[in-house]
Amino acid sequence: MAGEAGKEISKEELWGGGRSPSSVSYGKMMMWYFLVSDALTFGGLLIAYGVSRHEVIFPWPVGEQVFEGMPFLGGGYPLLYVALMTFILIISSVTMVLAVEAGHRNSKSGVIKWLGYTVVGGFFFLGSQAWEWSHFIHGSGGAFQIEEGLTVNATLGTPEKPGESIQMTLDQGSMVYFTSDFGHELEHAMEASHAEEDAHSHDAHAHDAHGAAETEEAHHVNAADLKPETLILNKYLPGKAFVTGSELDKIWHEKGEGTVRFGANLSTNEYGPQQYADFFFFVTGFHGFHVFSGVLINLIVFIMVVKGVFARRGHYEMVEKIGLYWHFVDLVWVFVFTFFYLV
Amino acid sequence: MAGHGHHEESFVSKYIFSQDHKMISKQFLVTAIAMGVVAVLLSVLFRIQLGWPSEPNSFVHFFLGDRWAPGGIMSGGAYLALVTIHGTIMVFFVLTGGLSGTFSNLLIPLQIGARDMASGFLNMLSYWFFFVSSVIMLTSLFVETGAASAGWTIYPPLSALPQAIAGSGLGMTLWLVSMVLFVASSLLGGLNYVVTIINLRTKGLTMTRLPLTIWAFLITAVLGVLSFPVLVSAVVLLIMDRSFGTAFYLSDIYIGGEALDVTGGSPILFQHLFWFLGHPEVYIVLLPALGISSQVISTNSRKPIFGYRAMIGSIMAIGFLSFIVWGHHMYVTGMNPFLGAVFVFTTLLIAIPSAVKAFNYITTLWQGNIRMTPAMLFSIGLVSTFVTGGVTGIILADSALDVQVHDTYFVVGHFHIVMGMSAIFGMFAGVYHWFPKMFGRMMNTKMGYAHFWVTMVCGMGVFFPMHFIGLNGSPRRYYAYSEFEYLNATVDLNVLISVFAIIGGIAQIIFLFNFFYSVFRGQKASQNPWQSNTLEWTTPVEHVHGNWPGALPVVHRWPYDYSNPAYEEDFVPQTVPLKPGEEEH
Repeated sequence: MAGEAGKEISKEELWGGGRSPSSVSYGKMMMWYFLVSDALTFGGLLIAYGVSRHEVIFPWPVGEQVFEGMPFLGGGYPLLYVALMTFILIISSVTMVLAVEAGHRNSKSGVIKWLGYTVVGGFFFLGSQAWEWSHFIHGSGGAFQIEEGLTVNATLGTPEKPGESIQMTLDQGSMVYFTSDFGHELEHAMEASHAEEDAHSHDAHAHDAHGAAETEEAHHVNAADLKPETLILNKYLPGKAFVTGSELDKIWHEKGEGTVRFGANLSTNEYGPQQYADFFFFVTGFHGFHVFSGVLINLIVFIMVVKGVFARRGHYEMVEKIGLYWHFVDLVWVFVFTFFYLV
Repeated sequence: MAGHGHHEESFVSKYIFSQDHKMISKQFLVTAIAMGVVAVLLSVLFRIQLGWPSEPNSFVHFFLGDRWAPGGIMSGGAYLALVTIHGTIMVFFVLTGGLSGTFSNLLIPLQIGARDMASGFLNMLSYWFFFVSSVIMLTSLFVETGAASAGWTIYPPLSALPQAIAGSGLGMTLWLVSMVLFVASSLLGGLNYVVTIINLRTKGLTMTRLPLTIWAFLITAVLGVLSFPVLVSAVVLLIMDRSFGTAFYLSDIYIGGEALDVTGGSPILFQHLFWFLGHPEVYIVLLPALGISSQVISTNSRKPIFGYRAMIGSIMAIGFLSFIVWGHHMYVTGMNPFLGAVFVFTTLLIAIPSAVKAFNYITTLWQGNIRMTPAMLFSIGLVSTFVTGGVTGIILADSALDVQVHDTYFVVGHFHIVMGMSAIFGMFAGVYHWFPKMFGRMMNTKMGYAHFWVTMVCGMGVFFPMHFIGLNGSPRRYYAYSEFEYLNATVDLNVLISVFAIIGGIAQIIFLFNFFYSVFRGQKASQNPWQSNTLEWTTPVEHVHGNWPGALPVVHRWPYDYSNPAYEEDFVPQTVPLKPGEEEH
């Protein structure tokens, strides 16, 4: 099934029937057309993303400020981890090319080695994406929305590295962020009071048995009594700043009731417009699903190679076909990466 | 593609999980006919409501029961569900799955001289996805809250909010699930058709010797492969909005006096994604019908098709243009008028290749030695409806005019004639023409004539007056038109339309009877009953695995050598070598 690229064939003969015009098997050609089709699915999704991002009124978060975590190291590494993920995924494309090349030489051990690396690369990417998602879902401190627009004197930068003071105008509905320490404290307090409410409603008819628990709850801090010392403005937007003291009081006064949120899910998130998280989850998830199925297929073919199925068949065309799919999935990631992290 | 051994086949592998393209084609046809019967029945039911609004009717009561037609009067919810499912079944299940599935499967391997489709297994999967999808769609008619009711275009927010109306609940979910399976079926089928046509043509069958049916199926499959995935994007985002709390299409909605906590989504976004599929879909429906007609008209005029290369060119041009005109469905969404003007321009361009096709059909008929078989009648009928519906299409393409009649019955009349009648006529023509190839027997000609004339007259009787009630301002998808004073003038016309619809619906029984009777009792077919040139008539009447018992035929000429003066017979099959000195077309 190696190509016939070296031969001179007239156009009449190529398209004259009785042979494949482009000298490829039907399976490989089908894979190409499938990829074209799949590209349009992603195209539709990415265009939908672009349109929504364009139409949303509130500002769209900046990738570097949202994705700056590293596993085991904490924050402060903008886009570094996703760059590593992307690098590994692209390297897995290279190992896939080497597997296909080994297949052309009918080298079973070569295919096993390189396809094995490709599978490992795929798993690494999937694991990283799981980490990235969980980080995104947890968020980093939480936020609330303000009910009325106002102007405050804020300091550019972060409390650790303060810059110059400026006047900032916050629109109605703007998001204001807690520091991560305070955010975690608040989140725990809110969870505790939720749990208490639940416990009350469940055990309303049996409060004798509940007495002991109630005394224990007295140790909890009431979420409503907590007040931050620092608030961060434009956390995920250009011009990050913070406020303290009396300026903080002005903002705290406008805190919208029930607008506190931590991290992200499909219906609300601390980063910005709802569509931001919706598209992030859906498109990276849809791509992740492609990677997952790619890894599964690669694994199945890997097992078939080990069992010698293709050695008996005399060619490794199957590796070429799954290779096409794998390269395609990598290529799509380049676009997803560009649109969701870089621009 | 693998060699076909001569092994005994079990009932299951021969009739159910068959990988033989001829059997899969019959499976598609029978499923499509069953779906078509349901869709016609639904249309008769809602036509009864529109003709005689809110009058108790025992027929309606029999089918809808007390829940959906209390006292024999159809409820508004039931009406919406009926029109939605009627449209969905007709567009997707009959004219997309049914038409392409039946004739691409039957004719591609037979007319290109292949043993079977490239992948018999994927072909089988394609049918079974289609079957499961059909079953789910029919099941949705029986769920407690009723079938999907947002129209076949399922625009959000109506389709995106399960609490909006009864039909937005489980029925809508089933609709979406069914459609995802349908797209999978269409994709598997389309990939197979494209690859088979490109890779498996027999020796001598160059691209410019392909019958126009094959060209039409090829472009249709390409359109499907390119446009259905975008429908998938639209549908999966809709599923997320419905069931997982996202807001891709939703923004600032009040429902039942309560504000939903969603902002920033865009319902127009859905329309863009939907119509990016939706418009090519029109040609996915129409092109196979046109391809079939090319074949039928040339064969039965005993003349070469006029302008063979122009026909290929126009198929390709229509296919290409179909991707850049979707905005003409959205003139009233508040789009930039300049953008609207661009869509007007691209849409009007489609009139050129369409006119090329229409004139080529007419010039093929001109001075032909015409044989009025039922297939030929339906094909000529197709040309007629294609022109009639095409002319109103030019009106609708123009945004300034469209704004006046948008979403009125003018549109309903237009697309039912140009897409509904034309495509279904093409499908009927195909069934009458290739029935001998499918079942080895002939259909009854007299019943075929009766079927054609009643269908043609009733079809026009239904859809032509719709233009007038549309111009009078009747919006589509209204449950009754008797409540508005300005529509009083349309009451009588609605009765007339309903009478034609009922007669036309009943007349399809002639076809059903003819079809099923002929499958078992029809006159045995001869080898080449229509004296046609194409390769499918060189295969044995009794189906064999691999199509040709011996070697594959070799092709020496194009398929339209009818009435060639160099030959005694008025047809020269593609397998006949050129005479010394004879020039190819």
